[in-house]
Amino acid sequence: METAITAEGLRKSYGDHHALKGIDLTVPAGTVLGVLGPNGAGKTTTVRILATLLQPDGGRATVAGYDLAKQPVEVRRNIGLTGQYAAVDERLTGRENIELIGVLLHLGRRAAKARAAELLEQFGLTDAGDRMAKTYSGGMRRRLDLAASLVARPPVLFLDEPTTGLDLTSRLALWDTIRDQVRNGTTVLLTTQYLEEADQLADRLAVIDKGTVIADGTPDELKRKVGGERLEVAVADPADLAATARALAAVSPVDPVVDEETRSVSVPLTGGVAALSAAAAGLDELGIEPEDFAVRRSSLDDVFLALTGHTGASDGQPETDPTEQQKSGPRKSAQTKEKEPA
Amino acid sequence: MTEAISDSLALAGRQMRHIRRMPEQLLGITVMPIAFVVVFGYLFGSAMQVPGEGGYKEYIMAGIFAQVMLANITTTAVGVVNDLNNGLVDRFRALPIARSSVLIGRTGADAVLVTWTCAMMALVGYLIGWRAHNGVLQTLGGFGLLLLMGFAMSWLGALIGLTLRNVETVSALSGIIMMPLAFLSNAFVPLDGLPGWLRTIAEWNPVSAVVSASRQLFGNEQGATSGALPAEHPVAASLIVLVVLLAVVVPLAGRAYEKAAAQR
Repeated sequence: METAITAEGLRKSYGDHHALKGIDLTVPAGTVLGVLGPNGAGKTTTVRILATLLQPDGGRATVAGYDLAKQPVEVRRNIGLTGQYAAVDERLTGRENIELIGVLLHLGRRAAKARAAELLEQFGLTDAGDRMAKTYSGGMRRRLDLAASLVARPPVLFLDEPTTGLDLTSRLALWDTIRDQVRNGTTVLLTTQYLEEADQLADRLAVIDKGTVIADGTPDELKRKVGGERLEVAVADPADLAATARALAAVSPVDPVVDEETRSVSVPLTGGVAALSAAAAGLDELGIEPEDFAVRRSSLDDVFLALTGHTGASDGQPETDPTEQQKSGPRKSAQTKEKEPA
Repeated sequence: MTEAISDSLALAGRQMRHIRRMPEQLLGITVMPIAFVVVFGYLFGSAMQVPGEGGYKEYIMAGIFAQVMLANITTTAVGVVNDLNNGLVDRFRALPIARSSVLIGRTGADAVLVTWTCAMMALVGYLIGWRAHNGVLQTLGGFGLLLLMGFAMSWLGALIGLTLRNVETVSALSGIIMMPLAFLSNAFVPLDGLPGWLRTIAEWNPVSAVVSASRQLFGNEQGATSGALPAEHPVAASLIVLVVLLAVVVPLAGRAYEKAAAQR
């Protein structure tokens, strides 16, 4: 398969701070690479380098077949960039924003107007098209921003945290438009702090922490790497926790994890259905009626936690000792967890 | 090359649209300078003693024009910082356009706006009795020199904005730069009353040179000079200063733009 983006050993330092310590990435054409990592991990720096906004101190990269260092103008002709903050001119209308990009791309005035109308339609902004962008909601701005980066129909699209700060509805809508682009053959490099976003959109993931890629693979590969399924049992009375832990310990080689806060106990599930029924029988014997008895596949949250020692949502500094966090078991989060009743 | 020009025009057009969209901005760049003309011409004019028969009204106009040109430092700097911090500069830099066109578009648009301001001030000045006495060519020469100063200040502002990248810092710093430049000059007061050392500083202040030059070209009285070189040859001195300033600041601003990254 043709490669749309390659990066080898990208390095960038600001004084003593090594933002990138040698990033390697490969994105086959027509696929989505999710770059995952906490704030300050180097995601944005990587995108800025690949979009020709920043010179790397070392390493090399090609985008859409062009060498970043030698053919930056060719690279710019073939990319669209949507940064972390919607880059729209607030005092122009949505239409004028897109038309301006079209004119700067030398489409000619008439073609720029036509393309703007087309994109406004595609992004559901036709009605708002002649209002100043200042009056737009966060979601509308993001869509306008994305539309503006698609004027030239670029084969490679960089999306730097495209849905940060958006409400759920806007996020889902933006995901759909990104999927549309991918369906039309666009290659996407997407950075995100939202594990679910990566799970939803990306074909492959690269997890970046402290300036290096610490893991990569498909979302499923990464989840498997961190350890398949867990049995999680929640009880109504905290007094039952110890007994529950004993019952689960009997079916697993690993010690159960007790979370007082959620009144739940969990163990890695290795013994399949037999272990499940043994656990259920054990609980029954002790007279414990669980509130919840569920098998849960590890989420990307767990992947992230296991790989970096802190969750993706934190700001790069673990709030508590990482081991502390792991002890407290699977983190509660806004992610949809795959729960199946046993 | 033609593409760079059309890109610059498209980007300058963006700022013109801002004005059309928010006419109150046009008021801002019109009413304040006109108020200066009226306040200085009438109120201060009645108390100020200056050489010549035209009185303070004639004396002050070149000074107020120059002050408005100085203010272009802030105008451009703030504009550049805003574009930088809302990500527009990133967007433009990721486009296959000549990178110079963004700054040329910005400074060009600011030059057009300051020309408008200048025209309105001249009109009001005329209404309250200011006259240029040396004919059309020299008068236009005076305005040309002032506008060249405005353009140079814009580029200086662009450099400051791209370097500091923060609106508050930029406003504060450009205020600090503008104060002494405007007031330690002959823009508002004749220099003969100043103590010797201060007078020397004020006479070598480039703003004084531009003000003297435009007074000379407008044929407005400006009193005796102490023989400082820029005061004796104000037109040549101001042209040299402005051209040198542009030659230094334009490439520096270009380089700052290449590396520009928003500060958030």
